Amino acid sequence: MRPVRTAFIGALLGVLSLAGCGQNSPAPQDATAQITTATSAAPSPASTAGSSGAAGFPVTVQAGNGPVVIQRRPERIVSLSPTATEGLFAVGAGPQVVAADDQSNYPAEAPKSTLSGFKPNVEAIVARKPDLIVLANDIDGIVAKLGTLGVPVLLEPAATKLDDAYDQITDLGAATGNKAKSEEVATGMRKRIEAIAAAAPRDKKLTYYHELDNTPYSATSTTFIGQIYGLFGLTNIADKAPDAAGGYPKLSAEFVAKADPDIVFLGDTKCCGQSRETLAKRPGWSGLSAIKNDRVVALDDDIASRWGPRIADLAEQVGDAVKKAAKS
Amino acid sequence: MSRPGPSRAKPLSPPRATRLGPLAALVACCVLLASMLAALLVGAADIAPQKVALQLLDWLPFVSIDSGLAPVERALLFELRVPRVLLAAIVGGLLACAGAGYQGVFRNPLADPYLLGAAAGAGLTTTAAIVFTTGDGNSLLVPAAAFAGAIGGVLLAYALGNVAGRGSGTATLVLAGVAVTSFLTAIQTFLQQLNVEELQRVYSWILGNVGGGWEQVWLVLPYALVSVAVMLLYGRLLDVLSVGDDEAASLGLNVAKVRLVVLLAASLATASAVAVSGLIGFVGIVVPHVVRRLAGGSYRVVLPLSLVGGAAFLVLADLIARTVIAPAELPIGVVTAFVGAPFFVTVLRLTRRVDT
Repeated sequence: MRPVRTAFIGALLGVLSLAGCGQNSPAPQDATAQITTATSAAPSPASTAGSSGAAGFPVTVQAGNGPVVIQRRPERIVSLSPTATEGLFAVGAGPQVVAADDQSNYPAEAPKSTLSGFKPNVEAIVARKPDLIVLANDIDGIVAKLGTLGVPVLLEPAATKLDDAYDQITDLGAATGNKAKSEEVATGMRKRIEAIAAAAPRDKKLTYYHELDNTPYSATSTTFIGQIYGLFGLTNIADKAPDAAGGYPKLSAEFVAKADPDIVFLGDTKCCGQSRETLAKRPGWSGLSAIKNDRVVALDDDIASRWGPRIADLAEQVGDAVKKAAKS
Repeated sequence: MSRPGPSRAKPLSPPRATRLGPLAALVACCVLLASMLAALLVGAADIAPQKVALQLLDWLPFVSIDSGLAPVERALLFELRVPRVLLAAIVGGLLACAGAGYQGVFRNPLADPYLLGAAAGAGLTTTAAIVFTTGDGNSLLVPAAAFAGAIGGVLLAYALGNVAGRGSGTATLVLAGVAVTSFLTAIQTFLQQLNVEELQRVYSWILGNVGGGWEQVWLVLPYALVSVAVMLLYGRLLDVLSVGDDEAASLGLNVAKVRLVVLLAASLATASAVAVSGLIGFVGIVVPHVVRRLAGGSYRVVLPLSLVGGAAFLVLADLIARTVIAPAELPIGVVTAFVGAPFFVTVLRLTRRVDT
């Protein structure tokens, strides 16, 4: 699952039905279903419960599907979101996870299964006897369906800003009885990212191009990934695309060639096998200065399309590239 | 066989002009050249059109003009924009010509190049190529897969139609095409469902793209020349075919052979177009009908004018696709359907008197 891309897969599906070849497929992600960022205002959601015992349950978590009450410390978590899986393991809830979806390839010890977060099968999920279900996409009314079973469901949709990503980590911590660790993780991420961004040289006005696939789709500064680049004072060439093109415009190849970005970030190294070499082979791109000056940065598709704890690693990679580019 | 027999009730419009008049040919070529010129002058890279025009003149043989373009701009023009316009023209011409050919073979106005499973076959093999290979290191992979799939889909439908149906009727063949299309689409959807993370690449391909560069132009050109030559040569035999199988046979025509040859040529045209551009819809069905309305129903007119008209149509559609929200692009398939449908209806209304 590449959740960052789901928004524009949705857009593609939209135009597809226009083109008269619509097929069944996941619904576009509801971009408006933002997570309520109330956790910072109410740092102790369990305060009303009088925090009986060390576990502090029952606990109420503000998720994308509203306040969710969790009565006991969950021991059989099913995660249908690769980002949530990474988050659960980062906050120490890994041993409580019994099944993760087919895209949850990190960390290695995650119990990856055949469950799908894109085409969720209620019966298959229930068969795992979960006491907490975490997912990122409310597809086919899955949240409502699971809700009728009496199992708490946490909807943690694609983050639209960094604070959302931190909040989701603490949500996962609070929901699984790992509150302290999760706050430590979230604060650690925030501090690390801020430090990397602060250390980045800003005297050169550097431009960049982030590639989602080789069509080429890109992401503007308003997207989650775009905001990360924004921390480094980089200018996104995709921002020239009109709003009508959405946050993930399919750019014109000749526009990219003409814009000649200082740095190229490839978010399609795994999906599409792209690299500095394949870029140079594209018609009209061989003269790009980012290729000539070796400023093509190969990102891990998964990290670049999720909003989990590893965004700090992404920030570090971006920071290194900016430093290198500013030196020359 | 200079005239296709006495005029009778035929599924398609009666031949008004049986030969391509020089005026119609001239007008069509001028429209094509004008659209190609417009498409060359405008683009997302924001190069001054007059400089582009000078550069184009400079590329003509025996002409040397300093266009004032920077080397990078010149490379961009030559490596991206010029092949893109050419590829759009070739693909548009192929699809429209193939559509006209299919309509002639099946004597069915609803026939289009994807009728016999070419689209579904190409869709399946391309999805498989995208899903089962990591990366795009080999730029020939998708074209080869799409070409093989398109040809394979048509052959499957043809074999099935021959097994299921008796005689040379086209109805069984069309039904076989429908069956093959559904079946292959089902497998493709299944593959896609198993690999949702590749959805977007598959859809990008399905919606069409003519930005493949010179490599794709050279790739498609030989197939285009052969298939178009065959179809144009068989135009007048299609006219004979349009009076009906029995009448055509009584005129000494080998109906089954004509049908097979045109079918093969049209399928080759479709497969090569699909290989380099994805599944661009609407061109193959609309352009031949517009031509028929404007210039008459003889295949000696419809085929060549569809070739030129389809080329002009797709060049303009691509121009819209890459400029309307520049520097972002629309998938070309969206433009062909969105612009093509109202245009089609307008032509139908304006020419209502000609026939129904």
